[in-house]
Amino acid sequence: MFKCKTSPEVGGMGHSVKRKEDARFLHGKGKYTDDVKLPGMLHMVMVRSPYAYARIKNINKEKALAIDGVLAVITGEDLAQYNLHWMPTLLSDTQMVLPTDTVMHQSQEVCAVIATDRYIAADGAEAVEVDYEPMDAIVDPYKALDKDAPLLRPDKEGQKDNHIYHWERGDKAKTEEVIAKADVVVKERIHLPRIHVASIETCGVVASYDKDTEKMLIYLTSQAPHAIRTVLALVAGHVGLSEEKIRIISPDIGGGFGGKVPVYPGYVVAIAATFLIGKPVKWIEDRSENLVNGFARDYHMDCELAATKDGKIQAFKVSTLADHGYTDSSANPSKYPTGMFSICTGSYDYQHAFAELDAVYTNKAPGGVAYRCSFRVTEAVHAIERMVDKLAAEIGKDPAQLRLENFIKKDQFPYSSPLGWSYDSGDYEATLKKAMDMLGYEKYKKEQAEKRAQGKLMGIGISTFTEVVGAGPSKDFDILGIAMFDSAEIRVHPTGKALARFGTKSQGQGHETTYAQILAEELGIPYSDIEIEEGDTDTAPYGLGTYASRSTPTAGAAAAIAARKLRDKGKKIAAYLLEVSEEDIDWEVGKYFVKGAPEKSKTIQEVVFAAYTNIPPGMEPGFEATHYYDPPNLTFPNGAYICVVEIDEETGAIDVKRFVAIDDCGNIINPMIVEGQVHGGLTQGIAPAMYEGIQYDDEGNVLNGTFMDYLVPTAVESPHWETGHTITPSPHHPLGAKGVAESPTVGAPPAIANAIIDALSPLGIKHLDIPITPSKVWDAIQAHKK
Amino acid sequence: MAKHTISMTINGQPVTAEVDSRLLLVHFIRENLSLTGTHIGCDTSNCGACTILLDGKSIKSCTYLAVRADGAEITTIEGVAAEGTNHPLQQGFHDQHGLHCGFCTPGMIMRSIDLLNNNPNPTEEEIRWGISGNLCRCTGYNNIVKAIQQAAEEMQKKETTV
Repeated sequence: MFKCKTSPEVGGMGHSVKRKEDARFLHGKGKYTDDVKLPGMLHMVMVRSPYAYARIKNINKEKALAIDGVLAVITGEDLAQYNLHWMPTLLSDTQMVLPTDTVMHQSQEVCAVIATDRYIAADGAEAVEVDYEPMDAIVDPYKALDKDAPLLRPDKEGQKDNHIYHWERGDKAKTEEVIAKADVVVKERIHLPRIHVASIETCGVVASYDKDTEKMLIYLTSQAPHAIRTVLALVAGHVGLSEEKIRIISPDIGGGFGGKVPVYPGYVVAIAATFLIGKPVKWIEDRSENLVNGFARDYHMDCELAATKDGKIQAFKVSTLADHGYTDSSANPSKYPTGMFSICTGSYDYQHAFAELDAVYTNKAPGGVAYRCSFRVTEAVHAIERMVDKLAAEIGKDPAQLRLENFIKKDQFPYSSPLGWSYDSGDYEATLKKAMDMLGYEKYKKEQAEKRAQGKLMGIGISTFTEVVGAGPSKDFDILGIAMFDSAEIRVHPTGKALARFGTKSQGQGHETTYAQILAEELGIPYSDIEIEEGDTDTAPYGLGTYASRSTPTAGAAAAIAARKLRDKGKKIAAYLLEVSEEDIDWEVGKYFVKGAPEKSKTIQEVVFAAYTNIPPGMEPGFEATHYYDPPNLTFPNGAYICVVEIDEETGAIDVKRFVAIDDCGNIINPMIVEGQVHGGLTQGIAPAMYEGIQYDDEGNVLNGTFMDYLVPTAVESPHWETGHTITPSPHHPLGAKGVAESPTVGAPPAIANAIIDALSPLGIKHLDIPITPSKVWDAIQAHKK
Repeated sequence: MAKHTISMTINGQPVTAEVDSRLLLVHFIRENLSLTGTHIGCDTSNCGACTILLDGKSIKSCTYLAVRADGAEITTIEGVAAEGTNHPLQQGFHDQHGLHCGFCTPGMIMRSIDLLNNNPNPTEEEIRWGISGNLCRCTGYNNIVKAIQQAAEEMQKKETTV
């Protein structure tokens, strides 16, 4: 286990210190975007399309403009005058800001009403008259590729059908050959449906343009304010928005989970509106607007897993159809249109794999953003973990045993996966065994046998996943060309207190505490003496933001290395103060001392004070450092999750009896925060496994676009999570840390699905797609009884 | 739009204002009174981010007209403890890491005050059902349950010492 190097008062790594950011939230003093109120501020409300696919014949603003307090109705035609009616997506597709002639999905923004008050703006939106000519929508992605399917994106030069791109990795011929010759091959089409992150704070913006200073101040619910600033400067440079004049402030963010990475049309319209009107404009999404715009997942995966008759895995093949809606706005690195999907070979040692994907346009909202994992690891893990369980069922082997026999062994790291990743570290066997011990696996197997003998439905499901986070090495990973490094800037004040700023942005992860702990670990300055700031592009160093569990792997590493630069400077100062040569100085947390004479020492605070007051001759004054960290590799957190369920055959109701989660996220900065992240991620794992999924009818209408019917788990549905850890430090991260926040969302759904399907297996049920609801279970039971 | 003069007590302070018939209480609190600790997270009264106490009972202020609160005594998160101090629930949420992004937290705490007023020593299951009208997307609820349990113990200790 990890041994703390610092005292609890200093609060370095490994201490569960209480969070520094809590007080303002507990007292109602958090400042979220909707809390921003500027003098003369106007409010914006969107008019949205009731149709999934329609031509706009006319937009009549008159009745809206006649309402006292309505100042403007902005349409696509208005934006087209400035060439702002389209914008690029993060994957270099194009997305409408506001349409000029066609709407491509239900609830797409049609025009925006600006008024003095949000109620009047809503009145204005009601009063706008839009004349639509509805067309037949393409809802089923498989039908998008039909020969007679209408071409959804004729605006794109050279686009002849609704196919967006083909992607593949691995040796197709060899993989197919191994599969053809294998003793056992299990196959399944697995669908991971559209879901929405539904952070409790929706998205929003307050944009304020000052015509005198030409400064554009934007309060934004953004997880990546610097990247968004650059994108804005690139997109709106032609109308005079220059990057140094744009200041984006991401204030407190009420949950992100990746849903606050993209640029949404409402942001751009509000920014355009303040630019034209010269007054601050606020736009805050309603929940029902939020839920039907942007989505995660929606992969249809045809999987084949081949093995010997005793269960040695030999090859995996997966062919995927991805439904991207009307534009590819996936929040993925530009060279990785399918994110890290090629991690789909999982935690197992075998040579042959092939993954391919075709992406298509449909008349649905664009997205491919995130749900606590945007880089498609969830899809990949679900595919392999379901298939491994299917293999175990097929050959009649215990799924834990099958996994143990196929795991990549501890001494095989760094491990080159068949699809090209270099897994940095792990001990999969120890992690699964720890989970089995914590659960009492054998006891539950026995209980299951007894219950089955009585005709009761009980299931045990395992998921042993490998994550891939921390993008990234900048040679491979960029967003719109911007390399995915991250940054830390530390200023230690003369009295030994510090301010540190980062290119990331917390949305609840607790950066104000954990970054301070990293600096406390490295410098020995108590964490309570260190202020952390993020989210203001005028003050924070450039970085790519917080998503994909990348903050600790990138900015956390930057903090450690910047602190080490300071420690090197401090050593020179200490040598000067102690009148010895630098080689004679040693460091222990918080102080420098003379080797062999530990009583001759200077605390970090004394050294810092000297950096401002008694500077060694020739040395640059001050005690500040900056580091931009470009990781040499990604990190590969992993875990073993086991779920026990009981199912009521009469109703299909699923009762999660136990859920044990063992995570290996490397060295841990704050165990309390890591455990909290795991709890939250697990609830966002059970959510898509059993409750959530955006449903469409044949005409492209969203059937569950509010919290009335899009079922976010409450405390009642969320089980009492049981958590634990194994630790294999990342060998290339300066702190040995790996990142954790996404792991549980990635790992939990297959454990739950596997448990439910295991429970139903005596009835002959071999697969169900998530969300596995009671009605789906009941239907399956009825179908198999016949 | 008809205007109405309403008076109420908010966090111990008397307030009188002229409001539109349709103004929601949550907007009155947030916009007119600038008490932005009460949040809005949905439009169907499912999420509970807007929960406040009205005459001692927790209500969702997003589905309550401001005019209907005429004459009421209202407490928001800003009024549960004296400046610089913590209500036992605020302390519990801090100690047990019962909050991440903090957006649901004020509503959770307001709901929990009512819960503990009515059931000073709830079981875990009673707590889970008791806060099931409030959504949290970050914490997975384990630590919120622990926070409420800590507060319940603390408040009972105070009861017995008084």
